[in-house]
Amino acid sequence: MPRWGMAVDLDSCTGCGACVTACRAENNISTVGDEQASLGRAKHWIRVERYWEGDFPDVRLKFRPVMCQQCNNAPCEPVCPTYASHHTEDGLNAQVYNRCIGTRYCANACPYNVRFFNFFNPSWEKPLHLQLNPDVSLREVGVMEKCTFCVQRIKATGIQAKAEGRAVRDGEIQPACAQACPPRALVFGDLEDPDSEVSRLSASPRGAALLEDLGTRPNVTYLPRLSQAI
Amino acid sequence: MSHPTGARINTDLLRPLLLTSWRFYVLAGVFGAIVLLGLVSWFTQMTLGFGISGIRWPVYWGFYVTNFVFWIGISHAGTLISAILRLVNAGWRRPVTRCAEVITVFALMIGAMFPLIHLGRPWLAFWLFPYPSERLIWPNFRSPLVWDFFAINTYLTGSVLFLFLPMIPDFAVVRDKSTGLRRRIYGALALGWRGTPKQWHRLESAMQIMAIAIIPVAVSVHTIVSFDFSMAPVPMWQTTIFGPYFVAGAIFSGIAGLLIAMAVLRKFLHLEDYLHPVHFENLGKLLLVMALLWGYFVFNERLVTYYGNGPAEMTVFRQTQNGPYAPLYWTMVVGNFVLPLILMGIRRFRTITGCVIASIGVIVGMWLERFLIIVPSLGNKYLPYSFGTYAPQPVEIIITIATFAAMALLYVLFAKFIPIISIWELKAGEHPSPELIPPATEEHRLGDLHL
Repeated sequence: MPRWGMAVDLDSCTGCGACVTACRAENNISTVGDEQASLGRAKHWIRVERYWEGDFPDVRLKFRPVMCQQCNNAPCEPVCPTYASHHTEDGLNAQVYNRCIGTRYCANACPYNVRFFNFFNPSWEKPLHLQLNPDVSLREVGVMEKCTFCVQRIKATGIQAKAEGRAVRDGEIQPACAQACPPRALVFGDLEDPDSEVSRLSASPRGAALLEDLGTRPNVTYLPRLSQAI
Repeated sequence: MSHPTGARINTDLLRPLLLTSWRFYVLAGVFGAIVLLGLVSWFTQMTLGFGISGIRWPVYWGFYVTNFVFWIGISHAGTLISAILRLVNAGWRRPVTRCAEVITVFALMIGAMFPLIHLGRPWLAFWLFPYPSERLIWPNFRSPLVWDFFAINTYLTGSVLFLFLPMIPDFAVVRDKSTGLRRRIYGALALGWRGTPKQWHRLESAMQIMAIAIIPVAVSVHTIVSFDFSMAPVPMWQTTIFGPYFVAGAIFSGIAGLLIAMAVLRKFLHLEDYLHPVHFENLGKLLLVMALLWGYFVFNERLVTYYGNGPAEMTVFRQTQNGPYAPLYWTMVVGNFVLPLILMGIRRFRTITGCVIASIGVIVGMWLERFLIIVPSLGNKYLPYSFGTYAPQPVEIIITIATFAAMALLYVLFAKFIPIISIWELKAGEHPSPELIPPATEEHRLGDLHL
């Protein structure tokens, strides 16, 4: 059984936001409009956090793409009363939209604030409604949604590999964010395979989990920024 | 201080049932209209989408969950207090128990509405029920929300029984005093009560069992409500003190609710001869004890957080201590601690008016306490980039007001159809003369009811 994970090299991240755009297009994330977005209801399955360090003029800007950390010990899972949030065999935090009744408890329990609620039925500004991905289900009002590691691509590639009678090759599965990342700061793969690029990067002495002391054991590893340039 | 006797007890306490004044229609109409407005708001929310509320990322719980905890807290007034007073056989409890038990049942019914109101898809709420589905899907028994479901249902069932049992002899009194349809309805409710020694004995046994059984249930209910928070890794939520802290707060707000209800009943139903200042004084003392206990818990929670100095906890701590939530926080401290301490601690102020003022302070303070537990923690959770805030929208404010109106409406209706003070207990306790008491066991004649 694979264990899907991601390594995020913050030294490479330029904060361009291509991952955010790619994720929206791939996963049919509805737009909520200016007004709702200003209320804090925009749904960003992946976001680029910006932190400024130091005092002007000696300021350093740091970027940190944050998506669902796909925790091995996920706080969102035990609190869901209907098993809408649950753990799959290949180590993903799955969100079953059809089973979600919208208690929003999972989002409160999540220390990373990466779960999003559908306050209204989904809608897209024209012509975005013409580019919906047929592989991804739409989420109705009252349902939580979040990053899936592009589970539709994981499944499709797995089926293809099985049909061809071979194992999934490292790098064959690319979530939309990793595929779109120009400096290849996001690397996805199987953490159970010691030779995969993601395993190699995650084992780096630089590697650290976000909010590691909470004991959530995420499948996402961050390689903190070492370079000094702004 | 006059003590009414047998026939007058009947007349006084049955008057609201047999005579209907225009005031009843006005009150029921006004409260009913507000409740209706609340229901319309809820259906609007379901039709237009949850977005018309003020909930937003990352503060996903707001007024609704505050109200949920608040009303479940109020429900601890009745059954728990009345059960304890029954078990210790406090004679002064007799006119108080029923108005307390009624608060429990109604507050639980209102509180239990909020998990539905706050759902994103309330039409699927039955998925919380452990019903045998052909797909073999059960609710997640690890989730504190499912524990809530069981705890509240157990408590509601127990409280209804605990309320209903001592009403049986009173239903019989109403049955015997009325004719026609009313006689048939109350006759059915009286379950064939004839007041034989055997029936009295069974009633006593049943009430004794319920009084003992309901206390651990009441304690467990609010502990489980506190688990909704303390089981999630959220700063200032994950603390071992939440169980007892919530139970103490619940009893605290419950006593305050009971005092206000008693003062209103005394005034509007002219029960001055039944609810004496001594009842208010005794409950006022209980309010004082709970205020001290609440202060002790808050002091513990705050001091330990401050000394622990965890960065996430201290962020939330500062938000409430001297940040944007500080005005609400200090209002809470005044309402929950300073005000009751002064008014209930000094004997001169421990009057009916003093009790009502202190109780209003406690009600406001305890509501704010729940709000301040939920919102600042969710809005300041670990990653500063994802900090956020919350502002209630009209739909939430209307529904909140409507719940208070619902409580008032249910209370008005109850007082209209059922004697709000237990007739037989009053007679059994204070008037041991044989002609005035119901035909009862030897214990009743001695006025020594072991309940």
